[in-house]
Amino acid sequence: MNALIPFPARRAMRPAELPEPGRMSSDKFISIEGIARRYPAPGGKQTTVFENLWLPMRRGEFVCMIGHSGCGKTTVLNILAGLEAPSEGVVIADGKAIEGPSLDRAVIFQGHALLPWRTVLGNVAYAVSSRWRKASRAEIEERARRAIALVGLAGSEHKRPAELSGGMKQRVGIARALSIEPKMLLMDEPFSALDALTRGTLQDEVRRICVETGQTVFMITHDVDESIYLADRIVLMTNGPGAKVAEIVENPLPKDRTRTGLHRQPGYYALRNHLIDFLVSRSKTLRDESPPGYDQRHPPVVRLTLTEADAAAAALG
Amino acid sequence: MPPASLNLRALIVSLGLLAAFLLAWQIGTSGLAKTEAMDPEYAALMGTSATTGKSAMPGPLDVAATIWGHLKNPFYDRGPNDKGLGIQLAYSIGRVALGYGLAVLVAIPIGFLIGMSPLMSRALDPYIQILKPVSPLAWMPLALFTIKDSGLSAIFVIFICSLWPMLINTAFGVSGTRKEWINVSRTLEVGPLRRAFTVILPAAAPTILTGMRISIGIAWLVIVAAEMLVGGTGIGYFVWNEWNNLSITNVITSILLIGLVGMILDQLLARAQRLVTFPE
Repeated sequence: MNALIPFPARRAMRPAELPEPGRMSSDKFISIEGIARRYPAPGGKQTTVFENLWLPMRRGEFVCMIGHSGCGKTTVLNILAGLEAPSEGVVIADGKAIEGPSLDRAVIFQGHALLPWRTVLGNVAYAVSSRWRKASRAEIEERARRAIALVGLAGSEHKRPAELSGGMKQRVGIARALSIEPKMLLMDEPFSALDALTRGTLQDEVRRICVETGQTVFMITHDVDESIYLADRIVLMTNGPGAKVAEIVENPLPKDRTRTGLHRQPGYYALRNHLIDFLVSRSKTLRDESPPGYDQRHPPVVRLTLTEADAAAAALG
Repeated sequence: MPPASLNLRALIVSLGLLAAFLLAWQIGTSGLAKTEAMDPEYAALMGTSATTGKSAMPGPLDVAATIWGHLKNPFYDRGPNDKGLGIQLAYSIGRVALGYGLAVLVAIPIGFLIGMSPLMSRALDPYIQILKPVSPLAWMPLALFTIKDSGLSAIFVIFICSLWPMLINTAFGVSGTRKEWINVSRTLEVGPLRRAFTVILPAAAPTILTGMRISIGIAWLVIVAAEMLVGGTGIGYFVWNEWNNLSITNVITSILLIGLVGMILDQLLARAQRLVTFPE
């Protein structure tokens, strides 16, 4: 039903729909239901990257997934995108099982994946013309230009990807994904190839755009601070093979947080230490030994209490 | 004094080498050999090389005069054995264009098929591997027997020799299309046909053009040999005819012209290749 409402109207509705943090909403926009991924291994055996993975996502939510290499993060994203099929289980998106790629779910690729023979405008227009097949040339160009302006690249429309810096290329990748007005954005370590300065500004842009438009986002990252800044919920994956969702951490920081002021927010240190502890040791121990009462269908949801460092930071701030 | 540009220096060296070569040629062919007194009738039979010591090999000035003669009137037609060089070249270029054009029409679609389908790639591989190394002239008797037309047989030979490099390069370029570009089109729900034209073709175009460039070079090599066999018209036939006429000046002129036309064909495709090449 939502698809019938013109996009601007949907946009306007979203903030009201946003659930209060911590309150479990019944609006499961995306529901990963018991998916597994197995590869044939030598000797007729099978390697299970992950199995029986459950994860619900609400509309307008920003979810980051963190885990070490080999835990199947990218596979989860590819399954969400419809580029790969799960060995078992299904993913329900907006009430329908995902059976292939869809224009409703835009992907921002790790290596930007721009078509090098097209200009910036050509790359974005290619996506726009795929979304609105019958649109006029003028309308396609207009939409493409708007998306390019949104990521701050107005004036570079006629450059080719080879003439752009890494950060600018990734901006074009973001513009291309946003131009088709997707219901969901999927990002696979989008900023990992960028220098720290560029990464910071792009994180700001992405956060601004996502907060303004109420975009639903699933993002894979290695960067703990990136996930704290961007995500509403952070999904922690144990090491693979046989990876599982260890826990889902709710981000207690306020919605209006800024990247530069992040470390002065109460709760920041508790959250950061928790995530780093997980990556350093618990990602391995939790795979080998599940805590008592662990249920793969309902992974534990964690809300952290303030640490002393947080209290000190809050007192200073 | 600042050093002259590399291009200028290279040009000077090139011209110097040319001058040295022409000089050696002129000295080598001028009448320095010993002559013997002989019976006038015998001398008349033996020709100038025996009587005056002049080499049978023409000198550069003779060749230059012949070239000038051909350039003045390239398109005359005085019967089957006396046509202007322009006409002969036009016949050869026409045959190459036809055979090569047909090969493009066949090789690129089949190359696409092979590049996109691992099944077809494996199924067709043995045929390609066996047929590719066959000298195109080995097809000539079979072509003459089945087609029963020497002109068409020459075109067929050009077709078959142009086919393989384009086929293999197209398949290679298509199968080497970056996975992420394909994934971009998949996430945009682009259909297979539109994907072939908007993603795979531009991505494979530089490789395809490389194959086309190799093919045109081979086609131009083969047309000369093919025309020597089928006879009638064309630059290859002209060379063989002039050899039978013992007109070495015309043979040398033809060699120069064949080289020139081959270079132009190659440069045309090189230009086309630059048009489709994209920086990464």
